[in-house]
Amino acid sequence: MKVLVAIKRVIDYNVKVRVKADNSDVDLANVKMAMNPFCEIAVEEAVRLKESGVASEVVVVSVGSKSCEEQIRAAMALGADRGIRIDAEDGPDSLSVAKLLAKVVEQEQPGLVILGKQAIDSDNNQTGQMLAALLNRPQGTFASEVKVEGEQVIVTREIDGGLQTVALDMPAIVTTDLRLNEPRYAKLPDIMKAKRKPLEVKAPADYGVTVASKLSLVSVELPATRQAGIKVASVDELIDKLRNEAKVI
Amino acid sequence: MTTLVIAEHDNNELKSATLSTVTAATEIGGDVHVLVAGSQCQAVADAASQLAGVSKVLLADNSVYEHQLAENLGQLVVSLAGDYSHILASATTTGKNFLPRVAALLDVNQISEVIAVVAPDTFKRPIYAGNAIATVKSEDAVKVMTVRATAFDRCATGGSAEVVSVGESCDAGISKFVGEQLTVSERPELTAASIVVSGGRGMGSGENFELLYKLADKMGAAVGASRAAVDAGFVPNDMQVGQTGKMVAPDLYIAVGLSGAIQHLAGMKESKVIVAINKDEEAPIFQVADYGLVADLFEVIPELESKL
Ligand SMILES: Cc1cc2nc3c(=O)[nH]c(=O)nc-3n(C[C@H](O)[C@H](O)[C@H](O)COP(=O)(O)OP(=O)(O)OC[C@H]3O[C@@H](n4cnc5c(N)ncnc54)[C@H](O)[C@@H]3O)c2cc1C
Ligand SMILES: Nc1ncnc2c1ncn2[C@@H]1O[C@H](COP(=O)(O)O)[C@@H](O)[C@H]1O
Repeated sequence: MKVLVAIKRVIDYNVKVRVKADNSDVDLANVKMAMNPFCEIAVEEAVRLKESGVASEVVVVSVGSKSCEEQIRAAMALGADRGIRIDAEDGPDSLSVAKLLAKVVEQEQPGLVILGKQAIDSDNNQTGQMLAALLNRPQGTFASEVKVEGEQVIVTREIDGGLQTVALDMPAIVTTDLRLNEPRYAKLPDIMKAKRKPLEVKAPADYGVTVASKLSLVSVELPATRQAGIKVASVDELIDKLRNEAKVI
Repeated sequence: MTTLVIAEHDNNELKSATLSTVTAATEIGGDVHVLVAGSQCQAVADAASQLAGVSKVLLADNSVYEHQLAENLGQLVVSLAGDYSHILASATTTGKNFLPRVAALLDVNQISEVIAVVAPDTFKRPIYAGNAIATVKSEDAVKVMTVRATAFDRCATGGSAEVVSVGESCDAGISKFVGEQLTVSERPELTAASIVVSGGRGMGSGENFELLYKLADKMGAAVGASRAAVDAGFVPNDMQVGQTGKMVAPDLYIAVGLSGAIQHLAGMKESKVIVAINKDEEAPIFQVADYGLVADLFEVIPELESKL
């Protein structure tokens, strides 16, 4: 069984993004970039499936500019076998990405497709579900456990009330939550080896897809900032403030 | 212009997130219909029919919708979509699960976690863990969006909409519900509570969370946690507050032994009053706290509990 993993290059999760002075967008100039943390978890899960003999090959795909080849190489250093980059400007819309991924799935015929549950830049949380719908396949979103059993994959999902388990016919789409696994660090020899692994570059036109969205960004603002607060010296003072100043207890 | 709101429920009870989503629908303007899809869920439809501003409730009562499986629910909503200009669901794990399927099948993007309606085609939503707010405009024929409950007041009740049954039985037949492990708690629901007490890695263990449960019970509060506390196994995942957990905006949020990472702040900084208790005076949580107490939580939490 082949596993396909979709990865996105995003701002490093430790960086607090700035808004451009003209409010046209956020400012990503000279900002540290990285693989979306949920995508790292997706790669790790796929590599573990290969190590345990369930999967035979791990293919990673990313839609974006040349710079996201850095993240594809990083995924290959973690154990993915080959990579595909579909050339597009950075930050393509989710529906276009889902349409492109659907074409890749048709070509590659994986048994399982693993995505992150959410990209930490757009915070969209929708690409995996869209891909599943376009392919008319089942989805196990927000996964904290994935087990392949015969022709099915059993997925435990993190939901608002606790945990839910579903059984999905394969091929299936899974999106990862933080607890699914802890990604490994790449070792130097593996980073060297990854440079020689195959990386194919495609254009959306190769798949007959146009990357375009009817959703446009009007402006970007900073969120309302909170007034600086005060320090209290004791529990008594805290209770007094909450009762008589804030009036919340 | 008519908006369809998909109700959030557990087949017995209509969840309060739906009331906030109906408010968002009302702000868009035009008629508002609510779809209740579930199994043996007449009571939910009756509750939905009483929401102010709702003119019609569609009831799809069929065992294939019992567990809100995205594959089945997505098909159902798409089969009804023709009549609507906007399709809304709450940004809960249920809404986030099925609604993007609807969007893809209608060939549109979903607008996720809407926090304000600017115009019927223009909305505000947080991006980058809430560190920026984007205003987006959609030229799609139908606007499909999830709504952040904490950003909209709950609608009033007292309406009396008609309830009509929709017969479609959409069973994709490719996924099956196996089971669930739901957290049972006597405390208020995290996203609906007016006071939330949250603990972080500083709590040290699951047993130590008892300190927070006692305090919460005295205050009628819900208990939340940071991701670090969840990852360490102190508490279950459904208690996580933050960018990738639950969004809360209570009147009072008490953060105990948590540092205030940007991902955590994303989930709670809209709270009206924030209290931080942390022994490290440099902890970033103090930057958003109205009242900060630099102290060892193991000393001050029992004291606070006894003095309230
Ligand atoms: C993609 C991604 C998504 C994430 N999503 C979320 C999310 O949704 N929600 C979330 O919370 N996190 C999230 N995180 C994790 C986040 O980055 C932080 O790691 C996490 O919030 C830290 O939790 P903490 O504050 O409990 O732990 P720490 O940062 O370790 O802080 C513990 C604090 O406790 C204090 N302390 C210790 N002992 C005591 C004591 N006795 N008395 C008083 N204070 C004490 C310390 O001074 C310290 O400030 C995410 C991370 C990633 C990569
Ligand atoms: N440009 C992209 N290239 C490859 N995968 C992507 C891209 N955008 C999103 N994804 C995948 O979809 C997941 C969810 O993203 P989103 O729906 O944008 O929050 C990510 O974690 C990736 O796995």
